[in-house]
Amino acid sequence: MAKPKLAVWKFSSCDGCQLSLLDCEDELLAVADAVDIAYFPEATSHVDPGPYDLSLVEGSITTPHDVERIADIRARSTTLVTIGACATTGGIQALRNFGDHPAMMAMVYARPDYLATLATSTAIATHVKVDFELRGCPIDKRQLLEVVSAYLHRRKPNVQRHATCIECKMRGTVCVVVAHGQPCLGPVTHAGCGALCPSFLRGCFGCFGPSDAPRVEPLVDRLIALGASRGEVQRLFSTFNVAAPAFRDGAAHAAADKGDPR
Amino acid sequence: MTVRTIEVDVLARVEGEGALTLVLDGETVVEAKLKLFEPPRLFEALIRGRACTEAPDITARICGICPVAYEMSSCHAIEDALGVTVGGTLRELRRLLYCGEWIESHVLHMVMLHAPDFLGYPDAIALAKDHPERVRGALGLKKAGNAIVAALGGREIHPVNIKVGGFYRAPRRAELDALLPELRAARDEAEQTLDWCATFPFPSFARDYELVSLRHPSEYPMNEGRVVSTKGLDIDARELGEHVTEYQVPYSTALHAGIVGRGAYQCGPLARFVQNADRLTPRAQAAAERVGLDPSCRNPYRMLLARGVETIYALDEAIRIIEAYVPPAEASVPLVMRAGVGRAVTEAPRGILYHRYVLDDAGLVQHAQIMPPTSQNQRGIEDDLLAMGPMLAALPLDQATRRAEHAIRNYDPCISCSTHFLKLRLEHKARP
Repeated sequence: MAKPKLAVWKFSSCDGCQLSLLDCEDELLAVADAVDIAYFPEATSHVDPGPYDLSLVEGSITTPHDVERIADIRARSTTLVTIGACATTGGIQALRNFGDHPAMMAMVYARPDYLATLATSTAIATHVKVDFELRGCPIDKRQLLEVVSAYLHRRKPNVQRHATCIECKMRGTVCVVVAHGQPCLGPVTHAGCGALCPSFLRGCFGCFGPSDAPRVEPLVDRLIALGASRGEVQRLFSTFNVAAPAFRDGAAHAAADKGDPR
Repeated sequence: MTVRTIEVDVLARVEGEGALTLVLDGETVVEAKLKLFEPPRLFEALIRGRACTEAPDITARICGICPVAYEMSSCHAIEDALGVTVGGTLRELRRLLYCGEWIESHVLHMVMLHAPDFLGYPDAIALAKDHPERVRGALGLKKAGNAIVAALGGREIHPVNIKVGGFYRAPRRAELDALLPELRAARDEAEQTLDWCATFPFPSFARDYELVSLRHPSEYPMNEGRVVSTKGLDIDARELGEHVTEYQVPYSTALHAGIVGRGAYQCGPLARFVQNADRLTPRAQAAAERVGLDPSCRNPYRMLLARGVETIYALDEAIRIIEAYVPPAEASVPLVMRAGVGRAVTEAPRGILYHRYVLDDAGLVQHAQIMPPTSQNQRGIEDDLLAMGPMLAALPLDQATRRAEHAIRNYDPCISCSTHFLKLRLEHKARP
């Protein structure tokens, strides 16, 4: 029987999520035995025109050409999985969605007219059907292996959707909000990293995006009551998953009082 | 002579997307355009109005391959603006973190991305079928580098424990000691990897480059030093922005760079080695001598060997720092926000990375400028291709195409950084 064909695609991103596959140093050769790596330009010059059994898509849609390319990739892929915050929510570059895009282009480029870009950075699911979204900035490589393994064996990936806060409790980390009064998005952030930041005495900064049914407003109120400025809380919700609706709500709620923006 | 055109849809094994057009008229390359297609992500614009303490986490997302470099350059630049110096053990820990990134990034490039060029394989997976011990060894070596980054930073990609002023939590002695057996074993593996790389067939090619790197009074440079070149540049690193001009070309999303009054220059492992070989450890110096790499080298194909020597150095240095490690009393130095301008250069795996920030009195970023190594190397890569005319003309078209792609990969171009999809288009112009 032919091996399933795996393809890895890149849109606007930092390459870190696809690098996670090459960072599976102990498993990479076994993965390469189990699948036919049909398209993965970061790793191989071998190109198989498809169709593909499993496409992993990194990055967000930011150019007119991207819009056409993702539709073509979807048409040639049986299963399409997005990997990482850019592909799943638009990434940090989605900050442009809430700013003045032409002005931002002019800040970086003398001749913005040389470049064809969209005024927004959007998630893959905004444009095509996505079968599974793997969260994180970057993704967790153990979760990536679980997702690849699950689709090879035609089962549902075992990826928990609860909050990072639960992971902290499971790990036995002392709460950085309760013990140190630090702003932390753990109660509303999707699990997957293993609650890394609090283990380094740092509040979670939400790089896995919103958890299942997050309640952001009580958290915002609590962080402000603990002494965080509104500007600080607003910025905390406005990073790598800035365009995720629940995090937009958090930022808007923090900004609701037009007092000190800092 | 008939017109022959080769199009390679994707130049693979680089980090990012771009394309190349080469027009050959007989033995002369009349046009070489390296086109980086990576869609602009506008970091210098989107960081305006953010707290300066957010810069390390935000700019790390420019590049998943070398996030530590972005974290280091942004920390140093902002500390410069705030008038803060991070010394002692915290400075050593930053150096240890950089060692980890140099190891994982260099080995990824040497064995997974570049060795297939020299030996005629499409990728490291195919290479592993014939050289399983070398590929497995390299994966173990890369893992050792990543283990350093994960131990200090929490994870390999976009580590979370780095902040302006130091770290959120200093590692426990036992957390670092646990790395030592793996690092000592990796040092032997790194020597074998370098010796194997030295057996590759290196095309004979050289140019009179201006090589630019940091130079430190006593150390092989990572986080600090003056910016010096093989053609007499010797400046305070913070002044780099005044000696280099950035300019836009219509065919690339990465800005080009040149030294004012002179033009193209090259940075990266060869530039560092050529100007700092006397600062290497005895083991790394002996390795360089064994493989015939000396500071007179100007062959970009042999940059592979410079990466191998630096990998051995970084392992030596990591082991030294861990063996001497005594956890500091505080994990970071306190910061007081103030208005100011901060600038810094650190040595990313691919070369010098310059950051400049203007802060207001609350420490919010008013202006940011970032010059990644690949955009600085872009013009020089094109110049290499222009100079390769006779070599390319003598080869059949498929081999010429591969040779040109290989020449680009010498620089381990990180196109995510500079602004990815490298399409290679080689045109042979008809003789009149």
